[in-house]
Order: sequence, then C-alpha cells, then structure tokens
Amino acid sequence: MSISLQHISKSFKTVNAVNDVSFEVKEGELFGLIGPDGAGKTTIFRILTTLLFADKGTVTVAGFDVVDDYKEIRNHVGYMPGKFSLYQDLTVEENLDFFATIFGTTIEENYELIKDIYVQIEPFKNRRAGALSGGMKQKLALSCALIHKPKVLFLDEPTTGVDPVSRKEFWEMLKRLQQKGITILVSTPYMDEAELCDRIALIQHGKILQIDTPQEIIKHYPKKIFDVKADNMYRLLESLKSYEHHYSVYPFGEFVHYTDKREDFNPQELQQYLEAKNHQNIKIEITKTTIEDTFMELAK
Amino acid sequence: MKNYNVIEVENLTKKFGDFTAVNSISFEVKKGEIFGFLGANGAGKTTAMKMLIGIAKPTSGKAQVAGFDVFTHPEDIKKNIGYMSQKFALYDDLTVKENITFFGGIYGLSRAKIKEKRCELVEELGLGDIVNELVGSLPLGWKQKISFSIALLHSPTIVFLDEPTGGVDPITRRQFWEMIYKSANNGTTIFVTTHYMDEAEYCDRVSIMVDGKIEALDTPKNLKEKYNADNMNDVFLKLARNSS
Repeated sequence: MSISLQHISKSFKTVNAVNDVSFEVKEGELFGLIGPDGAGKTTIFRILTTLLFADKGTVTVAGFDVVDDYKEIRNHVGYMPGKFSLYQDLTVEENLDFFATIFGTTIEENYELIKDIYVQIEPFKNRRAGALSGGMKQKLALSCALIHKPKVLFLDEPTTGVDPVSRKEFWEMLKRLQQKGITILVSTPYMDEAELCDRIALIQHGKILQIDTPQEIIKHYPKKIFDVKADNMYRLLESLKSYEHHYSVYPFGEFVHYTDKREDFNPQELQQYLEAKNHQNIKIEITKTTIEDTFMELAK
Repeated sequence: MKNYNVIEVENLTKKFGDFTAVNSISFEVKKGEIFGFLGANGAGKTTAMKMLIGIAKPTSGKAQVAGFDVFTHPEDIKKNIGYMSQKFALYDDLTVKENITFFGGIYGLSRAKIKEKRCELVEELGLGDIVNELVGSLPLGWKQKISFSIALLHSPTIVFLDEPTGGVDPITRRQFWEMIYKSANNGTTIFVTTHYMDEAEYCDRVSIMVDGKIEALDTPKNLKEKYNADNMNDVFLKLARNSS
C-alpha cells in the first residue's frame, strides 16, 4: 500500500472535521477524494503530509508512519495545497530552483519528469510567480511539487475555479504522471472528474460515504433515472416536485433527473400528468447514472 | 415580460497599457433573462463584469445597465443592481441577522423595510435556527444562499453572480439554481458566470468569451447545434481550445 489510513479522526474545537475515516491507496493508483467544500478533504491532506496530527487512528505513507517517520515522508511526497503557496516575489525559475535545492536535487536532474508541464511556462521563467495567470501558477506549483521525484503526489483541489479547458489539460497531465509510476491522491469538488480516477472515495461532513471504482459506484445506484424536459424549466421543477410519486428531482444540465418511488414506474403516466399541467414539448427518456447522482443519493 | 433590454453593450473595450483585456464586445440582456457569461480563466470576464457594475471605467465603447450609462452614472448603476461573488460575500464575524441589517442599511432600506425583508428571508430559506449564528460558522452552501438573498434585498433590476457555486456540494448547488429560476421568474435579470458547464445549460442564453472577445452568443440549444456538440462542455472545449 502506498497510502493507508485507519480510523482517522480530527476535531477542531467543536467541529468534527474528520470522523473515523479509513481507506487505502495502492501503489501507482490515481485515487480521488470527492466531496464539497467543508467535507474534510484538506484536513486529511494535512494529516497525510505530516503537517497536522490526527486525534485518533494510524496513517502510513510510502511505508512510513506519519508521526514517527515524518521526515522520511517529507522527502518522498509532493504536495500541492489548494491555496497557491509559492513565493510570489521569486521568478518562475527561482521558485523551481528553490524547491529543488531544498530537496537536495537540481532542476537538470529531474527535468524529464516535469518537462511536459514546465515547457509550457518556461517562456515566462523570468516572470515573478505573483504575476502569472491562474493556469500558469497551477503548472508551476505542480512542477515544484514534482521536482524531487516523489513517490506519492498529493493534490488538494488543483482544479477548483479552473475553466473546463484547463481542467481537461490538467487531468491529461495527471494521467501521464501516473504512467511514470507516481501514486496520486487528488481531491476535487467536480463530480465529472471522479470518473477519471481509478478509485474514488465520496466524502461529506468528515465521513466516507462510499469507496470503489467509479463504475462500481454508479452500478450500485438503486434506481432508474429519467431525463425529463419541457419548455419552462422552473415550472417543470415545480410540477415534478408536486407529483405524488416522485422520489428525487434534480436539475441536470438541459434536463431534470427524475426518479420515482414505484418499482413499476411507467413514464407514460408522468407524461400525462405533465400534459395536464400544460407543459409543452415534454420529453421523458431513461438515462445513464452519473457519480453526481450517486453522491446526491448518498448525501441525502 | 421579456420585452426590453436591461443591459446594452456596444463595442465595449478595456485596455491596460498595450494589453486589451476586453476587446470590443457587444450584447444585450433582456429583462427576466438568465444570461450565462462564460469564458476561460483570463479571457476577460471579470474585467467586463467590473465595467458593467460601475467599478471599472471602460477605455471605449458604450454600455447601459439598468437604464444608466456606465461612463456617466456608475453610482446609479450600483444602486440598481445586486452583486455576489465567492470572494466577497458576507461578513464572517457578524450574525446572519446582522449581515441582513447591515446590507439593508447600505442599500438605504428603512428599518421597517429591513425587518420585513428579514422575516421574509428567514421564512423562505428556513433560517429560523441560524439567524443568530455567526456567518463564519456556517457551511459554504448556506453562506452562498444567504448571500444571494441579500444581493436581492433592495429588489434590484439585475443581479450579477460571479461563480456563485464554486466548491458547493451538488445538492446545494441545485437548490441555489432553483433560487435563481425563481427570481428570474419574478422578473429579476440574472447575469451569471460559472465553470460548471451543466449550469450553462440552465441559462436562457450564454456568451462565451475567448481572449477578450465574445466568440459565441446564443441559447444553449442553438450553440450545441451550431458546434455539433452533445453538451455545453463540448461547445466550450471546441471554442476555447482554439485560443492562445
């Protein structure tokens, strides 16, 4: 196991940030911690990177105990915190050089590993980090987290607030790093990114809701989901919510995801109900379950 | 109801030195419309929005917001719009009640009106239990819902929402959008930015900015047809990937 948490709990005054969390990440795995703001993701990252003591439980990273062998762990992991934490007053190159030196290595020695990412910001290597755009800061932070060739890489919400194009590129970079044998633990509030991980843990209010491959998690969703559409979205939501047999009603892109309480639900009945409510251009079709549907069902 | 424009923008431009952040954009937004303002990071969305809410002066072009000119009447614009973002929302060390009273006061509502609005809000959002809690102790989702309601306190013509749902859990994100639908249904115009492409589908019309220009502007349905895409995420990727 590359990462192992057993019964970890952590409280801050009255807040139970992490509540009896256990999971394991295999060597070379891309593991996702999926949950909203305040779920406890950052606290878990800080415990794993030896920056915070857990109240209860044991943790090992790359074979080392986070309490007894914290110095070893720091040599073997890379950490990219959610908040940009490089030196704003140093240039791109100075930041990278600084982190390489701290870890007793040089940019040249591990250039191969970061090349893919670093070439994109190398034209700006003399620019101060504080003056970079969001996407470039992210690439620099990732380069700095990789410069000592870590065994395990921790990425805390690397794509929050990042546009879809840059998010897609970032995940392509992660896949390439994984192929180089690095174990990756990544957290995200974007449910669509969950499907890009090997395995995921869904987390809310400090508790793990489920751990499995994205495919298995989707498979265990208990109901059939229907896409429902009509001309006026707001009225459609109101009507569906006042339908006596509804189980869940959630806007989902251009459709509403609808599930029914009854096992033998017939969409034709719903169609008639909506027609009686004067909806126009009604469309009801069975659809695929997503991680987001599962998350909402578990978090209910 | 959707018969007149509450935002009219023509060739609006903002330059910083030799860098053109917003490059001659033109569009209109109708009353009661939900208008999605999308773009990659650094495309110029924030700069454009700052001009529209009267806190940044355009270099050239024309813009009217809620009937007022951005060059000559920025203060009148501020009084007639609501604004919320994730960065500037509420005061963490005031209670929910104090925040409502504070912002009500800022917008010049009378005490009686503030009280009336507060009771409405408490009722609608089910805030009974938390009205005397410090905002800082509430989950992000709650903060964002309260923040949105406060942006509507003075019954503005338009409300500007800058990434209102970033990091919010999926259920609360949807409750938030239901609040948006409801206010739009009541005639409030919504101008919203987001990085969630499923939310782009909730908008009546969507504009996509690339490198300071509006590259596309239409209903989600028409955009998907035009770019031969299954969803707005694909539309966005097709448009924005071609940029520098």
